[in-house]
Amino acid sequence: MALYSEKVMDHFRNPRNVGVIEDANGVGEVGNAKCGDIMKMYLKIENDIVEDVKFETFGCGSAIASSSMATEMIKGKPLSEVRELTNKAVAEALDGLPDYKMHCSVLAEEAIKSALEDYEKRKSENNS
Amino acid sequence: MIYADNAATTKMSDAAIDAMTDCMRNTYGNPSSLYEVGQRAKEVLEDARDEIIKAIGADNFREIIFTSGGSEADNQALRTAAEIGRAAGKMHIISSAFEHHAILHTLNKLEKEGFEVTYLDVHEDGLVRSEEVEAAIRPDTCLVTIMYANNEIGTIQPIREIGAICRAKGVLFHTDAVQAIGHIPVNVKDDNIDMLSASAHKFHGPKGTGFLYVRKGIKISNLIEGGAQERGKRAGTENVPGIRATAVALKDAIAHMEENDKIIRAKRDRLIAGLKEIPHSAINGDENKRLPGNVNFCFEGIEGESLLLLLDDKGIQASSGSACTSGSLDPSHVLLAIGRVHDVAHGSLRLSIDETISDEDVEYIINAVKEVVTYLRSFSPIWRDLVAGKKEFIL
Ligand SMILES: Cc1ncc(COP(=O)(O)O)c(C=O)c1O
Repeated sequence: MALYSEKVMDHFRNPRNVGVIEDANGVGEVGNAKCGDIMKMYLKIENDIVEDVKFETFGCGSAIASSSMATEMIKGKPLSEVRELTNKAVAEALDGLPDYKMHCSVLAEEAIKSALEDYEKRKSENNS
Repeated sequence: MIYADNAATTKMSDAAIDAMTDCMRNTYGNPSSLYEVGQRAKEVLEDARDEIIKAIGADNFREIIFTSGGSEADNQALRTAAEIGRAAGKMHIISSAFEHHAILHTLNKLEKEGFEVTYLDVHEDGLVRSEEVEAAIRPDTCLVTIMYANNEIGTIQPIREIGAICRAKGVLFHTDAVQAIGHIPVNVKDDNIDMLSASAHKFHGPKGTGFLYVRKGIKISNLIEGGAQERGKRAGTENVPGIRATAVALKDAIAHMEENDKIIRAKRDRLIAGLKEIPHSAINGDENKRLPGNVNFCFEGIEGESLLLLLDDKGIQASSGSACTSGSLDPSHVLLAIGRVHDVAHGSLRLSIDETISDEDVEYIINAVKEVVTYLRSFSPIWRDLVAGKKEFIL
């Protein structure tokens, strides 16, 4: 039996939405190098919709696949939906992750939450 | 496919497979039985023991106990020394920080039973210093256990000097020689070794077989109670086919050691030179005092598991000391012991080659690793920060 599902391997081998958005209006970075996983999410939000998303990840196969899948799940979606994204949904969309790799999907959820927070913060700063 | 994970396990040699299957077909008796096919099995068993005695420079058939592999041999050696020590009121053991878990976890158990263990530093080069062994020996030291060669970074320890020190001080000396036997010359007499562990699957023999050498006169403790096999020191009907194949594989490995060493060493050195060209990388462990087939590097800004998966896609099988490949949160204790910080230890790669690897394979590996490291760095947030000067390079 393979360690990862075919979906995980597909997203790992051909990650979607890799890179940087130079004029992102929400950026979040979570994890730390000590534990071996860092995820960085760049969001471009317009009219409460995620117009574009990109990621950079330092981590194992499931960390890269989770970031990739999470970006696909939020691209073009309204913020109300994006806020509801859970790590479980990311893991399920990947046809499951090994138990000891579930934290990778948690990181993906947290990276998006962190980018959203950054977006809200920038917005309130601009308004004040 | 290029198999470059011989430190994890080796492919059995044809000679060992033939010896094993021949034994299964024709010498299937129980060595404890008195009829012919049993007695023939007994003969096969004792012939194998003789071969092994010769191969490691021992001189008495009582000095070899066949086990289920390296882990069991390590456990039995430490148990033996601990019981001798306890009886004499000596409860101190000296070891190193980067032993195999078969040693480290057994030592942890002994600590819970009241033993005190000194774990010697292995320094940045991955080498124990014999002077530090000498300085650590106390009147209540019952055992020094230092591995012959490290399984991750391949560094070869000054076993002969450590053995001489222990002999002079009257302290038992055990070495886990699982990675060394069949690859570099090992001689229990010249090296002053009292106990030695070996495992067949690391020298093209079968998995689940190994042996423990215990010098004559040392009272061996049992781990497995039962029948009178192995002179009552290891119960259980002997794994005759496995033992036969072990002896054949070891004899073969030693017969070809010199020629193979030359071939492997040249390829190892080419791999090291090629991988050094990758910026912000570093070799782990002393470059020369290492096993002929071991290459171990850290690459800054990337993580080892994704490196391994992409190399596997390119047909290269290797291993890493990253946390993700160990199933724990910490990277390899060996890399931490030589002073690699977590961030860098996660990005490690071990290639362990044998003599079947071709020059083309070597060049292919170098190019593949360069390509994959560059690719993974291209979307690593750590790498971005390093390049942008927001973080300082460690390597
Ligand atoms: C240094 C060392 N000691 C002990 C062992 C355990 O040997 P075995 O797998 O035969 O139990 C290994 C193999 O993984 C090893 O590399």
